[in-house]
Amino acid sequence: MREWQVNFALVAIMAGFVGYAVLADEPFLITLATRIVIFAIAATGLNLALGYGGLVSFGHAAFFGLGGYACGILASHAQDYVPIFETPFLIEGTNQMLTIWPVAIGVSAIAALAIGALSLRTTGVYFIMITLAFAQMIFYFAISWPAYGGEDGLSIYVRNEFPGMDPFAPMGLFQVSTGVLILVLLLVWRITNARLGLALRAARQNAQRVSAVGIRPFGVRLTVFTISAAITGWAGALFVDLNKFVSPSMLSWEVSGEIMIIVILGGVGRLFGPLAGAMLFILLEHYLGGVFEFWKILLGLALLTVVLFARGGVIGLLVREPRNG
Amino acid sequence: MAEPVLDIRGVTKRFGALTASDAVSLDLLPGEIHALIGPNGAGKSTLIKQIAGEIEPDAGSILFDGHDIGALGPEERVRAGLARSFQVSSVIPAMTALQNVQLAVMGHSRRVFGLILSVSRDRALVDPALEHLERVGLGDRAHIPAADLSHGERRQLEIAMALAMRPKAFLLDEPMAGMGPEGSARLTGFLDGLRAEAPILLVEHDMDAVFALADRVSVLVYGLIIATGSVDDIRGNRDVQIAYLGEDA
Repeated sequence: MREWQVNFALVAIMAGFVGYAVLADEPFLITLATRIVIFAIAATGLNLALGYGGLVSFGHAAFFGLGGYACGILASHAQDYVPIFETPFLIEGTNQMLTIWPVAIGVSAIAALAIGALSLRTTGVYFIMITLAFAQMIFYFAISWPAYGGEDGLSIYVRNEFPGMDPFAPMGLFQVSTGVLILVLLLVWRITNARLGLALRAARQNAQRVSAVGIRPFGVRLTVFTISAAITGWAGALFVDLNKFVSPSMLSWEVSGEIMIIVILGGVGRLFGPLAGAMLFILLEHYLGGVFEFWKILLGLALLTVVLFARGGVIGLLVREPRNG
Repeated sequence: MAEPVLDIRGVTKRFGALTASDAVSLDLLPGEIHALIGPNGAGKSTLIKQIAGEIEPDAGSILFDGHDIGALGPEERVRAGLARSFQVSSVIPAMTALQNVQLAVMGHSRRVFGLILSVSRDRALVDPALEHLERVGLGDRAHIPAADLSHGERRQLEIAMALAMRPKAFLLDEPMAGMGPEGSARLTGFLDGLRAEAPILLVEHDMDAVFALADRVSVLVYGLIIATGSVDDIRGNRDVQIAYLGEDA
């Protein structure tokens, strides 16, 4: 199969799944589909850094959680009618997604700029460990900071608003999330095919060569790492709206691992790999988790199979042509 | 005498007890090919790395185009106009020959952050890249992944990438290494014409190429330049014969 055919099939399966959920009047399945879409967004962010850039970040939960907390904090202030700051100037909470998102994206991007500036000086295992360490720092900070619930997390009682979206129907958030996924896929598709992507993919394969044409791999990687984190942060904000709850568990290393597993299962460096991986992961989690308490053993086996026998993940298995650079 | 493009003054580098560069002074004049030869382990690659900015010298200075480039990083030196090729072929393996050269054209343009145009449709990258490939004789191999090119073709590709940088000087580290006699002869002819564009500091083991091309030759032995002169001077130099062939020569 060609890659576009696989991508088309993935979209068709998703559409069929949601179509069935609507016809069968199963709102929970729509929530499940929304979960898939949100994890696909988060993993698309990581895929940009990991798949195309070879930057194996084991700390993307930090950005997922920061985006989530940005959403949760703004929304809880709006619901309680308590401003976030009064001095030196007044900042109030908001329940508008269109205001929450830029904050979530901005906070994740700024954090990534700082974390990336330090951790991108290392490579390989050191990079993995340093990104993990930063994420753990933020995780423990969230646990020990009582203002927003600490270990217990923070609930928001009503889903935030998006123009034209019904906050009470699961379909609304599914549509909004799908719109975000489409935007994010377009962005990653543009980046990877344009000049920045050429430099990024080249730096993954031979950084010395990139230096020798006068381009600093560090600058390219930091830019991409920041964009990657911003995308994952956006997904975090949506995830909090889905659950109407944010807690430090969003920042935990297990989440970093899950996002990474999704990328690897789906196909590293493939545009639709994260969607394929998220479908597989969430559906396994739901259907296997329901009947078999230790479903993660099976997930581990699936992951081993992919890493050992199908290095391109689901998409690499179905598509015979190699990925572009 | 014309101002040297590249002027290396008293560059010294020690690794523990080993002096890899011992107060090396060397210059590269406009329009010339200056060959740097020497037995294995003489410190040629160490010197090239110091010029390119990969290794910092312990002492001495390197002037390029009239400026001290000692404080510049490798990428900044490239942007200042110092293009290099590597001793061991260094290309982007999974990218086509064309994409490799496009990367170099992009480096030269200093515009890395476009998002609108796909690289494959970016005429500002494609056209010059094809031109450079054509020049080194890889025009019909543009869409072959670099990993699938022959060894000689990969060396040609590296030259095309260096050309794309439109440099003020070329730093070529054994460009003939591993090439067959035919490829070497072709590349020799090509480099001969290249000196008119920018001078070349050529590290090379292929003596036929060195003697055919070099305006001047410097001989590096154990980190020390033992002789600099024309091809004839060097051929007749007793110290050089001893260094290469041993005391009995």
